[in-house]
Amino acid sequence: MKTTSVMIVGVGGQGSLLASKLLGRLLVDCGYDVKVSEVHGMSQRGGSVVTYVRFGEKVYSPIVTEGEADVIIAFEKLEAARYSSFLKKDGTIIANTQSIDPMPVIIGAAEYPEGVLSELTDKGLSVEALDALALAEQAGSSKAVNIVLMGRAAKYFGIPYEKWISAIENTVKPKFVEMNIKAFDLGYNS
Amino acid sequence: MKKLMIGNEAVAAGLHDGGLSVVSSYPGTPSTEITEFLAVYDDIHSEWAPNEKVAAEVAFGASLAGARSACAMKHVGLNVAADPLFTLSYTGVNGGMVICVADDPGMHSSQNEQDSRHYAIASKIPMLEPSDSAEAYSFAKSAFELSEKYDTPVLLRMCTRIAHSQSIVETGEKQPAVLKDYVKEPSKYIMMPGNAIKRHPVVEKRIADLTELAENCDYNTVELNSDEIGIITSGCSYLYVKEALGDTVSILKIGMPHPLPVKLIKDFAKKVKKLYVIEELDPIIETHVKSLGIDVVGKELFSILGEFSQQTIRKAFGMSAPDSVSADSPIPARPPMMCAGCPHRGIFYTLAKKKITVLGDIGCYTLGAVPPLNALDSTLCMGASVSGLHGFNLAQGESAEGKSVAVIGDSTFMHSGMTGLVNIAYNATNSTVIILDNSITGMTGHQQNPTTGFNIKGDPAAKVDLEALCKALGINHVRVVDPYDLKACEEAVMEELKVAEPSVIISRRPCVLLKSVKHSAPLKVEKDKCKSCKRCMGLGCPAISFKGGKAKIDSTLCVGCSVCKQLCAFDAII
Repeated sequence: MKTTSVMIVGVGGQGSLLASKLLGRLLVDCGYDVKVSEVHGMSQRGGSVVTYVRFGEKVYSPIVTEGEADVIIAFEKLEAARYSSFLKKDGTIIANTQSIDPMPVIIGAAEYPEGVLSELTDKGLSVEALDALALAEQAGSSKAVNIVLMGRAAKYFGIPYEKWISAIENTVKPKFVEMNIKAFDLGYNS
Repeated sequence: MKKLMIGNEAVAAGLHDGGLSVVSSYPGTPSTEITEFLAVYDDIHSEWAPNEKVAAEVAFGASLAGARSACAMKHVGLNVAADPLFTLSYTGVNGGMVICVADDPGMHSSQNEQDSRHYAIASKIPMLEPSDSAEAYSFAKSAFELSEKYDTPVLLRMCTRIAHSQSIVETGEKQPAVLKDYVKEPSKYIMMPGNAIKRHPVVEKRIADLTELAENCDYNTVELNSDEIGIITSGCSYLYVKEALGDTVSILKIGMPHPLPVKLIKDFAKKVKKLYVIEELDPIIETHVKSLGIDVVGKELFSILGEFSQQTIRKAFGMSAPDSVSADSPIPARPPMMCAGCPHRGIFYTLAKKKITVLGDIGCYTLGAVPPLNALDSTLCMGASVSGLHGFNLAQGESAEGKSVAVIGDSTFMHSGMTGLVNIAYNATNSTVIILDNSITGMTGHQQNPTTGFNIKGDPAAKVDLEALCKALGINHVRVVDPYDLKACEEAVMEELKVAEPSVIISRRPCVLLKSVKHSAPLKVEKDKCKSCKRCMGLGCPAISFKGGKAKIDSTLCVGCSVCKQLCAFDAII
């Protein structure tokens, strides 16, 4: 089978590390060869962060390059646009509509491109936009944005629903399991 | 057990299962997690040392005593540990010793892009280089046997993509940690000229023996698939070659980049029509291959700069890139920045406001350099702020002494700032050093250090008294300031700059990301009172933005530090 490439992109501090941890474990449990690549350190201080997840029968490269991603899970709108060139022609971007201003926008040196998602759709990319922050708050915590987005992306992985739920149970702290499953369901059914 | 591990966790598991007893390290991206994962094991003594030289010497002492030992550091950390490294090559080891060094091609979190393989060559110490977590585990584990068999420390080279990529590892049996006998052996361990002269030929013989090993060992492997194209590669470059070219080319994969084999390379070269070397950073393998008189394509096709990817390989071999689409709107950059409520911000605001020359250092506070604060003038290496300031003031004289400072974090001050401060006191410039004491090693992800009062396990430990230390080093003017108090910051900076002797300001407040730090209620802007002067925007706080002609504070990010409130002339921030 061919290797599937996924990117999780967002802003340092948004919880993408938990999402990639959950996905990595789940894919190993499903018997795939898996590579997950992330960069720690300076870029995490409010900077743009990207995690690559690749799985298949045998995976070599831990990173994804332009035009290779089957799915991009974007925690923030601007980051969805920043990495859109990494998407395959027939790939899909799952984009949280939340926007977080980067420093050049904050200090007025640049403008936030508000309509950038529809620009991508106009160019023929498949973009599934959702307000994951609102759904996370509905589930009980604004911190569950990551799990809402995983719920929405789940159908692209061909993995049964039950396996996702047990992966959540095995990854998050016991007291947060119920809330996270609710968040996953809200994304899954959105 | 089969588990997904980052390369650094796999190195830790491999060292542990290889019978490690003592590890001493200084944190540095991308090497930090090796020691953090080792600290989880109760059957190993693990510690954060004040710097990499100390760490390597602790590992030496443990090895001398008969234990298997290790240390871990980033590439520039090996510069600090280079002094023991070169002579460790002469002494060799008693218990096996592994020095883990992590390079950072692409400089994700580093000040340069140096290639650690030069150190292996220069110090005549063997080096291993894994391509994924499974190899990281097995190479780390077997490195101890290599070390003891050949009586040498072993360098284990990681790079960012291997260190921070997770792949599947199947761990094996743990070898028991053994304490070998310690026998006094002056001719081997006392490196004064009479003894060292006799050790040098031993080193040369050892590298010849290791070259023999390199000809036929599990670290270097050959995949013969084609008689047209042959590729010699190593580390993550191997992964990109396999991804892009699969089984269409022949590959000599080098897992031991020093010493490199001779016969193995000559034989491989004979089996293919065209030979390439694909390696990130410097042409180490390429230079070796060319020295054997073999025609090879290398750096003319594969850059010396930055990281590679499968796309680098595809492009070089004339394969087309997959189609891709991007937005037409300009996408603003999202550079890293100091967090909302970062205690460094108050000091940097003050220094920028007063147009003071600031010699910076390595840590989160390097971010004081970015807009809108633009507060730094230089960043060189750990400790260089303090010693550099002394030189700057010597050259510029009295006029500079009153308007220049050094800024250095608590951990970096312990690492290599103290010696620079001694020099300021001893050789007497009226320099002012600001220690940004946020009670943790911040940038690498919150490691304890000798100023925090806790050790690597989080247990209470001896705590350096920075005020007493600075005084003991010869500084009479030492004062502490709260960086959340802008008025106090300005007073402290301006007064200490005026003092006609060396001085130290300790800017003390714990990192806002520490779990022990309680946040105040978020502040907000009273729209009616905001006069749109944008003074608060000059702080570069990610919680403050300018929306609809007025300042706005993001309540999810604001920790209520009140620095912006102190700036507002219209009492609009409450």
